[in-house]
Amino acid sequence: MTTPSDIVIDVEGLTKTFGARTVVRDLSLQVRRGAIYGFLGPNGSGKTTTIRMLCGLLTPDAGSGTTLGYDIRTEADKIKRQVGYMTQRFSLYQDLSVRENLEFVARLYGLPEPPRAARDMIARLGLSGREEQLAGELSGGWKQRLALGACTLPSPKLLLLDEPTAGVDPKARREFWNEIHALAAEGLTVLVSTHYMDEAERCHEIAYIAYGVLLTHGTVDEVVAQSGLTTYTATGGDILKLSSALDGKSGVDTVAPFGNSLHVSGRDREALEKALAPYRDDRAITWTPSEPSLEDVFIELMNRAKDNFQ
Amino acid sequence: MNAIAAFGGGFWRRSGAMLIKEFIQLRRDRVSFAMIVMIPLMQLILFGYAINTTPRDLPTAVLVQETSDVGRSILAALQNTRYFKITKVVSDEAEFDRLIRSGTVLFGIEIPAGFERALRRGERPALLVAADATDPVASGAALGALGPLVQTALAHDHALPESSAPAFQFRAHARYNPAASTPLNIVPGLVGTILTMTMLIFTALSVTREIERGTMESLLAMPITPLEIMVGKIVPYIIVGFAQATLIIGAGVLMFGVPIFGNLLLLAALSTLFIATNLSVGYTFSTIAQNQLQAMQMSMMFFLPNILLSGFMFPFAGMPVWAQWIGEFLPLTHYIRIVRAIMLKGATFAELHYDAAALFGLMLLATAIAISRFRRTLD
Ligand SMILES: Nc1ncnc2c1ncn2[C@@H]1O[C@H](COP(=O)(O)OP(=O)(O)O)[C@@H](O)[C@H]1O
Ligand SMILES: [Mg+2]
Repeated sequence: MTTPSDIVIDVEGLTKTFGARTVVRDLSLQVRRGAIYGFLGPNGSGKTTTIRMLCGLLTPDAGSGTTLGYDIRTEADKIKRQVGYMTQRFSLYQDLSVRENLEFVARLYGLPEPPRAARDMIARLGLSGREEQLAGELSGGWKQRLALGACTLPSPKLLLLDEPTAGVDPKARREFWNEIHALAAEGLTVLVSTHYMDEAERCHEIAYIAYGVLLTHGTVDEVVAQSGLTTYTATGGDILKLSSALDGKSGVDTVAPFGNSLHVSGRDREALEKALAPYRDDRAITWTPSEPSLEDVFIELMNRAKDNFQ
Repeated sequence: MNAIAAFGGGFWRRSGAMLIKEFIQLRRDRVSFAMIVMIPLMQLILFGYAINTTPRDLPTAVLVQETSDVGRSILAALQNTRYFKITKVVSDEAEFDRLIRSGTVLFGIEIPAGFERALRRGERPALLVAADATDPVASGAALGALGPLVQTALAHDHALPESSAPAFQFRAHARYNPAASTPLNIVPGLVGTILTMTMLIFTALSVTREIERGTMESLLAMPITPLEIMVGKIVPYIIVGFAQATLIIGAGVLMFGVPIFGNLLLLAALSTLFIATNLSVGYTFSTIAQNQLQAMQMSMMFFLPNILLSGFMFPFAGMPVWAQWIGEFLPLTHYIRIVRAIMLKGATFAELHYDAAALFGLMLLATAIAISRFRRTLD
């Protein structure tokens, strides 16, 4: 059973406008305690803006809600003490060493022994031997780990991670996700934004945002099921030619190449099958009915959103 | 837990965290560090050189309206002082004026018609000396040496009575800068000018730098208040400014023999106040400016009137009333009064409380603006 105190983030109708542009539109979001919540969406879809509103760094133009039970409009000070926010752009001091950066955070939050807290965190991050290195001289992957270490240092209850794995190599990305799971196992709630589809699979729940609108949310399976898409996978033949031939046909909602195969999906099964009929005779192509992938779902959602909001 | 006590204790803790961070960054920033030492040294050496040079062979024009032995003796005596070098002898007044105006000569000496006769009669005639006082350091010293030397020479050559009353008078006419400031006035003024410049620049960059480097977003997401950030960013530079002031005043005393008649402790305390005031002003610019370049431009815009209207460059009392009004709102105006009064006149706090209060007021005003301008969100 879910009681209100189990909901860590609970916002409704959040809207943010910069000048004449509405960047986040009527966004509602609920995140359970202890969940790893994936916040997916293409670049510029409003992920960062939403996260900033959740921790009180931006004031919503409309809508309201709470983070950790505190009002995001009026109790930002209290939110700040219990939330670890890892910004999209590296925001530790590049001209301070690993140790100095961590000690700064420890002092600011009033941890009992800043040097010791920093030392422990350095050991946990596997940064021993690099503590005197300037943060600006670390590689991308190490920078991200350090940033994660800095925002978990004051033992927050909620982590807001804004594209923490952007531009990081696959191995470092995997390790980073292992660390996120370890933190969640300790009871932390994590909201993590990303535009990597494969990372969605590592979240307990996801939400997809495009053009500032939250289009769907739930577990990966739920999201796929909710989409109502019928998908066929075509292999063999000239995939590229087939792709451009099908694109835009009525009944065909998305056409997405995956390696040597092509995913063709439509919301209306009959219309889709009618559209595909002429191509099924082609001997070179093998057609198999399949489950839509998350990417198919997102592409379809985005195409639809584009028609509505652009 | 007592929330209020936690907040009270937290203030210094969080300001302290900020302060330590700023110190480390300052130590690593070689350019800023060099600036702290180089700006005062450079200015001191440049100004000090001008102060220290005993002017020699200053180009001088003589307007001779009568030829006489006494006239010749005076000219010879002038040359002997080594201050003057007579480069032109003219008999046309217009030509004489043109020479001074064009800067061809720094001095013009006029021996009027009937000078010798008047002298012999004991009428104490006037010898006109026109000085281009736009360079007060050069002209001041030379003018000072003029009287006694020439007097002695005349008495010797012409057996004029070397009475207590001089046989003639110099009518010195300092053109262009009537109240020529003396070298002694420059060192105290220099302390204030250098501090204004360096303190403004350091803090003016501090907030914009955090925004440009992207560190502000993290900082804002942490539980630290604008006042705590400000205190943490200003205090390290109070120490820096204090070291600079000590360096300049020390060098002024040792190298140029500038006296300190007043209380050193009072000087130190009011200097600290002045430093804090400038830091607050710089910090205010930092919260208003969009980027580091703008912050720099604002500082320069503020620096300029400080130099021109504070009494450093031109005598305060000689400025038009509107300029004096502006001057009253500039920290340097009050500090120059304070330093000159303490160092050269031995003034006590009782005589300086107005200027001290003005500095304090300006600091509070700047702090209030900075705190209210500081954006706690990214809106
Ligand atoms: N402070 C701002 N002022 C104006 N426009 C902004 C501001 N912040 C973000 N935007 C715009 O809002 C849109 C969404 O941005 P953002 O929330 O950063 O998206 P995401 O994080 O999903 O890439 C972008 O088009 C961006 O240019
Ligand atoms: Mg973003």
